[in-house]
Amino acid sequence: MVKKLLEVKNLKLYFGSPSNPIKAVDGISFDIFEGETLGLVGESGCGKSTTGRSIIRLYDITDGEILFKGKNIHAGKSRKELIELNREMQMIFQDPYASLNPRMTAGEIISEGFNIHGLYKDKLQRREKVAELLEAVGLNREHAYRYPHEFSGGQRQRIGIARALSLDPSFIIADEPISALDVSIQAQVVNLLKRLQKERKLTYLFIAHDLSMVKYISDRIAVMYQGKIVEIGMAEDIYHNPIHPYTKSLLSAVPLPDPMTERKRQRIPYEYEETDEHAKLQEVLPNHFVYGSNSQLKKWII
Amino acid sequence: MMRKKLLEVKNLKINFKTYAGLVQAVRGVNFELFEGETLAIVGESGSGKSVTSNAIMKLIPQPPGIYEDGEIFFEGRDLIPLSEKEMSLIRGNDIAMIFQDPMTALNPTMRVGRQITEVILKHNKIPHSEAKARAIQLLQLVGIPMPEKRFRQYPHEFSGGMRQRVVIAIALAADPKLLIADEPTTALDVTIQAQILELMKDIQKKRNTAIIFITHDLGVVANVADRVAVMYAGQIIEYGTVNDIFYDPRHPYTWGLLGSMPDLKNDVKEELRTIPGSPPDLIHPPIGDAFAARNEFAMAIDYVKEPPMFQVSDTHYAKTWLLHPNAPKIPVPESISRRIEGYLKEAKGNG
Repeated sequence: MVKKLLEVKNLKLYFGSPSNPIKAVDGISFDIFEGETLGLVGESGCGKSTTGRSIIRLYDITDGEILFKGKNIHAGKSRKELIELNREMQMIFQDPYASLNPRMTAGEIISEGFNIHGLYKDKLQRREKVAELLEAVGLNREHAYRYPHEFSGGQRQRIGIARALSLDPSFIIADEPISALDVSIQAQVVNLLKRLQKERKLTYLFIAHDLSMVKYISDRIAVMYQGKIVEIGMAEDIYHNPIHPYTKSLLSAVPLPDPMTERKRQRIPYEYEETDEHAKLQEVLPNHFVYGSNSQLKKWII
Repeated sequence: MMRKKLLEVKNLKINFKTYAGLVQAVRGVNFELFEGETLAIVGESGSGKSVTSNAIMKLIPQPPGIYEDGEIFFEGRDLIPLSEKEMSLIRGNDIAMIFQDPMTALNPTMRVGRQITEVILKHNKIPHSEAKARAIQLLQLVGIPMPEKRFRQYPHEFSGGMRQRVVIAIALAADPKLLIADEPTTALDVTIQAQILELMKDIQKKRNTAIIFITHDLGVVANVADRVAVMYAGQIIEYGTVNDIFYDPRHPYTWGLLGSMPDLKNDVKEELRTIPGSPPDLIHPPIGDAFAARNEFAMAIDYVKEPPMFQVSDTHYAKTWLLHPNAPKIPVPESISRRIEGYLKEAKGNG
């Protein structure tokens, strides 16, 4: 039996005034199992990044529960417990230019977590650990003394990954980690993330809008639309047998490097359908959940 | 039917003066474009694709830019010696450009309507009311609902996709013969991207506009292009019809680009092929083949002599020594050939 690492239960995050809230995340529930990659896809503004940021406690949530290894992460916690939680859960950000402090060397960026957590106090030991991390992400030890502007976009993203790995976390949230990179560099970073997952038994939440890379890297995929998860299931099932009309529409828009298919491509437009209050995420096939009311699901499954 | 040749770029070389030295951003680019045709220029950042397209619009600032050599014939007339005044008659009127980021391409302090009529009035001597009517027509053409109301709104009242439609409407305002689109959909969501691509193809059909489409997304290329030019280190290294490039790629760099995209259809879970290393420094371009250092199939000659463009077929050319009759026969890497076979089989199966 695979263990649940993270459980999200009826998560809500509203911005703005309570009388007229913007429902960025509107009651979503999902689990992430140990060692898997869950891909979270959707268009800009659908709430996917907000979900990631709520899990790592960058936002205070409006309602719901997030359990990490069975413990509620938003409940009142002592400083010690928070520090332990932060060590276990790390984030890789989208923009490798904005997420690294330009006044710090790569080595300082990677070892900043050591100061906070009081690790590797011995200078030599620390230098070794930084070198090991740099080598793990395909850079070399001399790079520790360089500043971010001396690196290319792909190399910067590797530094961001090394920083996320520095405290030996078990769970990494990657928020659009490759969308700012060139195609051939994207492939390098994705291969690296997959290799590190195998070597270090990591669990990923991979947030992206690029469906082809998400399908490639993920075991399961969750599709978000307007603050709700509309479909979640195994990557292959979502791709080959999408049920929710929004998922179908999204998949029909992904261009493939195959001109003959592209010439015949028919985009399926999505028309928003009101759901009634009975709408919920329902298991329609084994491990394949779709959001909707009973009558909608009946209509979509045929 | 003989189609009219609209644009011919010959041996274009563009340099930039920097403190570090002279950057040779475009190193001898040749291509031609016919009416009603779409040419996609693909390549990674720094390959010179945007510099090439900006050069056609004469948008390279001088200094630091230098038009080192070459000619750009638009309808038979070389654009390079033209003065800024002569060029301003061509820009917008004959050649128009769509930029990547619709937010920075629009003026945030000006109503959208006026940004369109401004272009119309600059190129036509017509009354204001007529220009307004045409602007509203254009907004309708690019699929913006309630154009009369939208005409009076500011860019911040539009979503990203709608803004890009406005940018396209402005580009079309003077009915250009050539449209240069520099990564027009990169900042947009996939569903919006699909709509914008459909829109551009639709407009092309109606107006017989030629399009140069610059992108790094091979899926988008497969969707829009008639012909494709792959750029690397300031040069076109492979050139052909969209079918040539996707079903019969010959240059190892093109293999690398195709291999670095995950194959959605054939459910392969193997590692993605990557291109090792990074592009060369164009202040000191390498001797020989610029791609040699990253090429697993590089031969001794690649480090000595630059390869010429070898002809593969009437439409297909590639700049690699692997195509020399004396070179060893290197087959397309298996992961890519398997994928292509899959695509071709499916195409056959569908009739």
